[in-house]
Amino acid sequence: MGLAIGLGHYLTVAAILFTLGVFGIFLNRRNIIVILMSIELILLAVNLNLVAFSAHLGDLQGQVFALLILTVAAAEAAIGLAILVIFYRNLGSIAVEDVNQLKG
Amino acid sequence: MSLPLFFFYLFSIVAVASAFMVVSSRNPVHAVLFLIVVFVNAAGLFMLAGAEFLALILIVVYVGAVAVLFLFVVMMLDVDFRDLRRGSLQYAPIGVLVGIVLLLELLLVAGSAWIAPETPGFGALPIDAGVENTRALGQVLYTRYVFLFQGAAAILLVAMIGAIVLTLRHKTGIKRQDPSVQVNRRVADTLEVVKVKSGQGL
Repeated sequence: MGLAIGLGHYLTVAAILFTLGVFGIFLNRRNIIVILMSIELILLAVNLNLVAFSAHLGDLQGQVFALLILTVAAAEAAIGLAILVIFYRNLGSIAVEDVNQLKG
Repeated sequence: MSLPLFFFYLFSIVAVASAFMVVSSRNPVHAVLFLIVVFVNAAGLFMLAGAEFLALILIVVYVGAVAVLFLFVVMMLDVDFRDLRRGSLQYAPIGVLVGIVLLLELLLVAGSAWIAPETPGFGALPIDAGVENTRALGQVLYTRYVFLFQGAAAILLVAMIGAIVLTLRHKTGIKRQDPSVQVNRRVADTLEVVKVKSGQGL
Protein backbone atom coordinates (compact mmCIF):
# COMPACT_ATOMS: atom_id res chain seq x y z
CA MET A 1 0.00 0.00 0.00
CA GLY A 2 1.00 3.59 -0.39
CA LEU A 3 2.85 5.59 -2.94
CA ALA A 4 5.98 4.57 -4.76
CA ILE A 5 6.83 8.28 -4.71
CA GLY A 6 6.80 10.29 -1.51
CA LEU A 7 3.74 12.25 -0.50
CA GLY A 8 5.80 15.44 -0.32
CA HIS A 9 6.59 15.25 -4.03
CA TYR A 10 2.91 15.21 -4.93
CA LEU A 11 2.06 18.00 -2.50
CA THR A 12 4.86 20.16 -3.91
CA VAL A 13 3.67 19.74 -7.50
CA ALA A 14 0.08 20.49 -6.44
CA ALA A 15 1.21 23.58 -4.52
CA ILE A 16 3.09 24.89 -7.56
CA LEU A 17 0.09 24.28 -9.84
CA PHE A 18 -2.24 26.00 -7.35
CA THR A 19 0.07 29.01 -7.11
CA LEU A 20 0.35 29.25 -10.90
CA GLY A 21 -3.45 29.27 -11.09
CA VAL A 22 -3.69 32.12 -8.57
CA PHE A 23 -0.92 33.99 -10.38
CA GLY A 24 -2.80 33.53 -13.66
CA ILE A 25 -5.84 35.30 -12.24
CA PHE A 26 -3.66 38.30 -11.38
CA LEU A 27 -1.82 38.30 -14.69
CA ASN A 28 -4.91 37.96 -16.92
CA ARG A 29 -7.34 39.98 -14.88
CA ARG A 30 -9.00 41.44 -18.00
CA ASN A 31 -9.56 38.17 -19.84
CA ILE A 32 -12.35 36.02 -18.41
CA ILE A 33 -11.46 32.97 -20.53
CA VAL A 34 -7.96 32.72 -19.09
CA ILE A 35 -9.35 33.35 -15.59
CA LEU A 36 -11.64 30.33 -16.07
CA MET A 37 -8.64 28.28 -17.22
CA SER A 38 -6.73 29.37 -14.10
CA ILE A 39 -9.64 28.17 -11.96
CA GLU A 40 -9.44 24.82 -13.74
CA LEU A 41 -5.73 24.67 -12.83
CA ILE A 42 -6.53 25.40 -9.18
CA LEU A 43 -9.16 22.64 -9.08
CA LEU A 44 -6.71 20.24 -10.73
CA ALA A 45 -4.17 20.97 -7.98
CA VAL A 46 -6.81 20.22 -5.34
CA ASN A 47 -7.63 16.94 -7.08
CA LEU A 48 -3.95 16.04 -7.16
CA ASN A 49 -3.76 16.55 -3.39
CA LEU A 50 -6.83 14.37 -2.80
CA VAL A 51 -5.49 11.56 -4.99
CA ALA A 52 -2.03 11.73 -3.38
CA PHE A 53 -3.47 11.47 0.12
CA SER A 54 -5.83 8.71 -1.02
CA ALA A 55 -2.89 6.67 -2.26
CA HIS A 56 -0.70 7.50 0.71
CA LEU A 57 -3.29 6.61 3.35
CA GLY A 58 -4.70 3.65 1.46
CA ASP A 59 -8.17 5.17 1.60
CA LEU A 60 -10.50 5.26 -1.39
CA GLN A 61 -12.54 8.19 -0.08
CA GLY A 62 -10.15 10.75 -1.55
CA GLN A 63 -10.68 9.39 -5.05
CA VAL A 64 -14.48 9.55 -4.61
CA PHE A 65 -14.23 13.20 -3.60
CA ALA A 66 -11.86 13.90 -6.50
CA LEU A 67 -14.46 12.42 -8.85
CA LEU A 68 -17.15 14.73 -7.43
CA ILE A 69 -14.84 17.74 -7.75
CA LEU A 70 -14.24 16.85 -11.40
CA THR A 71 -18.01 16.84 -11.95
CA VAL A 72 -18.54 20.21 -10.32
CA ALA A 73 -15.56 21.72 -12.16
CA ALA A 74 -16.95 20.56 -15.51
CA ALA A 75 -20.38 22.04 -14.71
CA GLU A 76 -18.76 25.29 -13.61
CA ALA A 77 -16.77 25.57 -16.82
CA ALA A 78 -19.87 24.94 -18.93
CA ILE A 79 -21.99 27.53 -17.11
CA GLY A 80 -19.16 30.07 -17.03
CA LEU A 81 -18.56 29.78 -20.76
CA ALA A 82 -22.31 30.01 -21.47
CA ILE A 83 -22.51 33.24 -19.46
CA LEU A 84 -19.42 34.48 -21.32
CA VAL A 85 -21.05 33.77 -24.68
CA ILE A 86 -24.27 35.66 -23.90
CA PHE A 87 -22.27 38.48 -22.37
CA TYR A 88 -20.25 38.80 -25.55
CA ARG A 89 -23.43 38.63 -27.61
CA ASN A 90 -25.00 41.50 -25.67
CA LEU A 91 -21.98 43.79 -25.24
CA GLY A 92 -19.46 42.70 -27.85
CA SER A 93 -16.67 42.52 -25.29
CA ILE A 94 -15.34 40.08 -22.71
CA ALA A 95 -13.20 42.50 -20.70
CA VAL A 96 -13.77 42.29 -16.97
CA GLU A 97 -14.10 46.08 -16.61
CA ASP A 98 -17.15 46.09 -18.89
CA VAL A 99 -19.05 43.86 -16.48
CA ASN A 100 -20.70 46.69 -14.57
CA GLN A 101 -24.35 46.50 -15.57
CA LEU A 102 -25.47 45.80 -12.02
CA LYS A 103 -23.70 48.89 -10.72
CA GLY A 104 -26.27 51.48 -9.64
CA MET B 1 16.54 6.84 -9.99
CA SER B 2 13.75 4.35 -10.12
CA LEU B 3 11.41 4.22 -13.10
CA PRO B 4 8.29 5.58 -11.29
CA LEU B 5 10.32 8.48 -9.92
CA PHE B 6 11.66 9.25 -13.39
CA PHE B 7 8.14 9.34 -14.82
CA PHE B 8 6.94 11.39 -11.85
CA TYR B 9 9.57 14.06 -12.54
CA LEU B 10 8.86 13.93 -16.27
CA PHE B 11 5.09 14.40 -15.84
CA SER B 12 5.38 17.02 -13.12
CA ILE B 13 8.00 19.15 -14.88
CA VAL B 14 6.03 19.14 -18.13
CA ALA B 15 2.80 19.87 -16.22
CA VAL B 16 4.26 22.81 -14.31
CA ALA B 17 5.94 24.27 -17.41
CA SER B 18 2.71 23.96 -19.39
CA ALA B 19 0.70 25.49 -16.55
CA PHE B 20 3.05 28.46 -16.64
CA MET B 21 2.49 28.74 -20.38
CA VAL B 22 -1.29 28.61 -19.81
CA VAL B 23 -1.26 31.68 -17.62
CA SER B 24 1.42 33.60 -19.54
CA SER B 25 0.52 32.77 -23.13
CA ARG B 26 -0.51 35.74 -25.28
CA ASN B 27 -2.82 33.76 -27.52
CA PRO B 28 -5.77 32.07 -25.73
CA VAL B 29 -5.81 29.25 -28.30
CA HIS B 30 -2.26 28.39 -27.26
CA ALA B 31 -3.36 28.65 -23.63
CA VAL B 32 -6.10 26.06 -24.23
CA LEU B 33 -3.67 23.74 -25.99
CA PHE B 34 -1.21 24.03 -23.08
CA LEU B 35 -4.12 23.35 -20.71
CA ILE B 36 -4.63 20.06 -22.56
CA VAL B 37 -0.93 19.21 -22.00
CA VAL B 38 -1.35 19.98 -18.28
CA PHE B 39 -4.36 17.67 -18.03
CA VAL B 40 -2.68 14.81 -19.86
CA ASN B 41 0.38 15.03 -17.59
CA ALA B 42 -1.80 15.30 -14.49
CA ALA B 43 -3.52 12.13 -15.69
CA GLY B 44 -0.07 10.53 -15.77
CA LEU B 45 0.50 11.62 -12.17
CA PHE B 46 -2.88 10.15 -11.17
CA MET B 47 -1.92 6.93 -12.88
CA LEU B 48 1.34 6.82 -10.93
CA ALA B 49 -0.63 7.25 -7.70
CA GLY B 50 -2.79 4.26 -8.59
CA ALA B 51 -5.95 6.18 -9.46
CA GLU B 52 -6.39 4.68 -12.91
CA PHE B 53 -10.10 5.44 -13.27
CA LEU B 54 -9.66 9.10 -12.38
CA ALA B 55 -6.71 9.39 -14.76
CA LEU B 56 -8.75 8.13 -17.71
CA ILE B 57 -11.78 10.22 -16.67
CA LEU B 58 -9.50 13.25 -16.60
CA ILE B 59 -8.43 12.58 -20.18
CA VAL B 60 -11.92 11.78 -21.44
CA VAL B 61 -13.81 14.58 -19.66
CA TYR B 62 -11.23 17.35 -19.58
CA VAL B 63 -9.29 16.86 -22.79
CA GLY B 64 -12.30 15.53 -24.65
CA ALA B 65 -15.00 17.88 -23.43
CA VAL B 66 -13.93 20.84 -21.31
CA ALA B 67 -10.82 21.80 -23.29
CA VAL B 68 -12.72 21.49 -26.56
CA LEU B 69 -15.49 23.66 -25.06
CA PHE B 70 -12.89 26.30 -24.21
CA LEU B 71 -11.45 26.02 -27.70
CA PHE B 72 -14.88 26.48 -29.30
CA VAL B 73 -15.63 29.55 -27.20
CA VAL B 74 -12.22 31.12 -27.84
CA MET B 75 -12.56 30.61 -31.57
CA MET B 76 -16.24 31.65 -31.69
CA LEU B 77 -15.72 35.01 -29.99
CA ASP B 78 -14.26 37.61 -32.30
CA VAL B 79 -12.24 39.43 -29.65
CA ASP B 80 -8.98 41.29 -30.00
CA PHE B 81 -7.04 39.43 -27.36
CA ARG B 82 -4.03 41.73 -27.64
CA ASP B 83 -6.24 44.51 -26.35
CA LEU B 84 -7.12 42.37 -23.33
CA ARG B 85 -3.45 42.01 -22.46
CA ARG B 86 -2.98 45.75 -22.23
CA GLY B 87 -2.02 46.81 -18.75
CA SER B 88 -1.77 43.23 -17.61
CA LEU B 89 1.67 43.78 -16.10
CA GLN B 90 0.30 46.45 -13.82
CA TYR B 91 -0.81 43.88 -11.27
CA ALA B 92 1.94 41.34 -12.04
CA PRO B 93 4.26 42.37 -9.14
CA ILE B 94 1.49 42.01 -6.56
CA GLY B 95 0.49 38.74 -8.23
CA VAL B 96 4.06 37.45 -7.93
CA LEU B 97 4.15 38.57 -4.29
CA VAL B 98 0.86 36.86 -3.43
CA GLY B 99 1.93 33.76 -5.38
CA ILE B 100 5.27 33.48 -3.56
CA VAL B 101 3.66 33.95 -0.15
CA LEU B 102 0.98 31.38 -1.00
CA LEU B 103 3.54 28.89 -2.33
CA LEU B 104 5.76 29.26 0.75
CA GLU B 105 2.78 28.75 3.04
CA LEU B 106 1.63 25.68 1.14
CA LEU B 107 5.12 24.19 1.10
CA LEU B 108 5.56 24.95 4.80
CA VAL B 109 2.33 23.11 5.59
CA ALA B 110 3.16 20.23 3.23
CA GLY B 111 6.69 19.94 4.60
CA SER B 112 5.81 20.09 8.27
CA ALA B 113 2.76 17.81 8.13
CA TRP B 114 3.36 14.56 9.89
CA ILE B 115 1.23 11.47 9.53
CA ALA B 116 1.38 8.85 12.24
CA PRO B 117 2.87 5.68 10.79
CA GLU B 118 -0.05 3.59 11.96
CA THR B 119 -2.60 5.77 10.13
CA PRO B 120 -2.25 4.34 6.57
CA GLY B 121 -4.56 1.42 5.97
CA PHE B 122 -7.08 2.39 8.63
CA GLY B 123 -9.16 4.87 6.63
CA ALA B 124 -12.89 4.69 6.19
CA LEU B 125 -12.52 2.84 2.88
CA PRO B 126 -9.28 0.83 2.87
CA ILE B 127 -7.94 0.14 -0.61
CA ASP B 128 -7.92 -3.57 -1.31
CA ALA B 129 -4.89 -4.37 -3.44
CA GLY B 130 -6.69 -7.36 -4.96
CA VAL B 131 -9.52 -5.31 -6.46
CA GLU B 132 -8.82 -3.13 -9.45
CA ASN B 133 -9.34 0.60 -9.04
CA THR B 134 -12.38 1.00 -11.28
CA ARG B 135 -14.26 -1.87 -9.65
CA ALA B 136 -13.46 -0.64 -6.14
CA LEU B 137 -14.63 2.87 -6.99
CA GLY B 138 -17.84 1.58 -8.54
CA GLN B 139 -18.56 -0.61 -5.57
CA VAL B 140 -18.62 2.35 -3.19
CA LEU B 141 -19.99 4.95 -5.60
CA TYR B 142 -23.25 3.10 -6.20
CA THR B 143 -23.80 2.03 -2.60
CA ARG B 144 -22.22 4.18 0.04
CA TYR B 145 -22.02 7.41 -1.94
CA VAL B 146 -25.15 6.97 -4.02
CA PHE B 147 -26.70 10.23 -2.80
CA LEU B 148 -23.54 12.19 -3.58
CA PHE B 149 -23.49 10.47 -6.97
CA GLN B 150 -27.11 11.49 -7.62
CA GLY B 151 -26.32 15.00 -6.44
CA ALA B 152 -23.45 15.21 -8.92
CA ALA B 153 -25.80 14.01 -11.65
CA ALA B 154 -28.34 16.69 -10.67
CA ILE B 155 -25.61 19.36 -10.82
CA LEU B 156 -24.65 18.21 -14.30
CA LEU B 157 -28.31 18.25 -15.39
CA VAL B 158 -28.82 21.77 -14.04
CA ALA B 159 -25.60 22.89 -15.72
CA MET B 160 -26.69 21.39 -19.04
CA ILE B 161 -30.17 22.94 -18.92
CA GLY B 162 -28.73 26.24 -17.72
CA ALA B 163 -26.17 26.41 -20.52
CA ILE B 164 -28.82 25.61 -23.12
CA VAL B 165 -31.33 28.12 -21.73
CA LEU B 166 -28.69 30.84 -21.50
CA THR B 167 -27.35 30.47 -25.00
CA LEU B 168 -30.48 29.47 -26.93
CA ARG B 169 -31.63 32.33 -29.12
CA HIS B 170 -34.83 32.36 -31.17
CA LYS B 171 -34.17 34.35 -34.28
CA THR B 172 -37.12 36.26 -35.71
CA GLY B 173 -37.84 35.97 -39.38
CA ILE B 174 -36.99 32.33 -39.85
CA LYS B 175 -39.47 29.52 -40.42
CA ARG B 176 -40.00 27.26 -37.43
CA GLN B 177 -42.02 24.12 -36.97
CA ASP B 178 -45.32 24.50 -35.08
CA PRO B 179 -46.67 21.05 -34.24
CA SER B 180 -50.13 22.15 -33.08
CA VAL B 181 -50.78 23.98 -36.35
CA GLN B 182 -49.63 20.93 -38.26
CA VAL B 183 -51.87 18.58 -36.31
CA ASN B 184 -54.93 20.84 -36.47
CA ARG B 185 -54.83 21.29 -40.22
CA ARG B 186 -58.09 20.28 -41.88
CA VAL B 187 -58.63 19.21 -45.42
CA ALA B 188 -61.15 22.03 -45.97
CA ASP B 189 -58.56 24.66 -45.09
CA THR B 190 -56.06 23.66 -47.66
CA LEU B 191 -57.67 21.60 -50.40
CA GLU B 192 -60.18 22.83 -52.92
CA VAL B 193 -61.66 20.69 -55.69
CA VAL B 194 -62.23 22.68 -58.83
CA LYS B 195 -64.23 21.60 -61.82
CA VAL B 196 -62.45 22.71 -64.93
CA LYS B 197 -64.46 22.93 -68.10
CA SER B 198 -62.72 21.39 -71.03
CA GLY B 199 -60.92 23.80 -73.27
CA GLN B 200 -61.03 26.70 -70.83
CA GLY B 201 -58.53 26.34 -68.08
CA LEU B 202 -58.62 28.30 -64.86
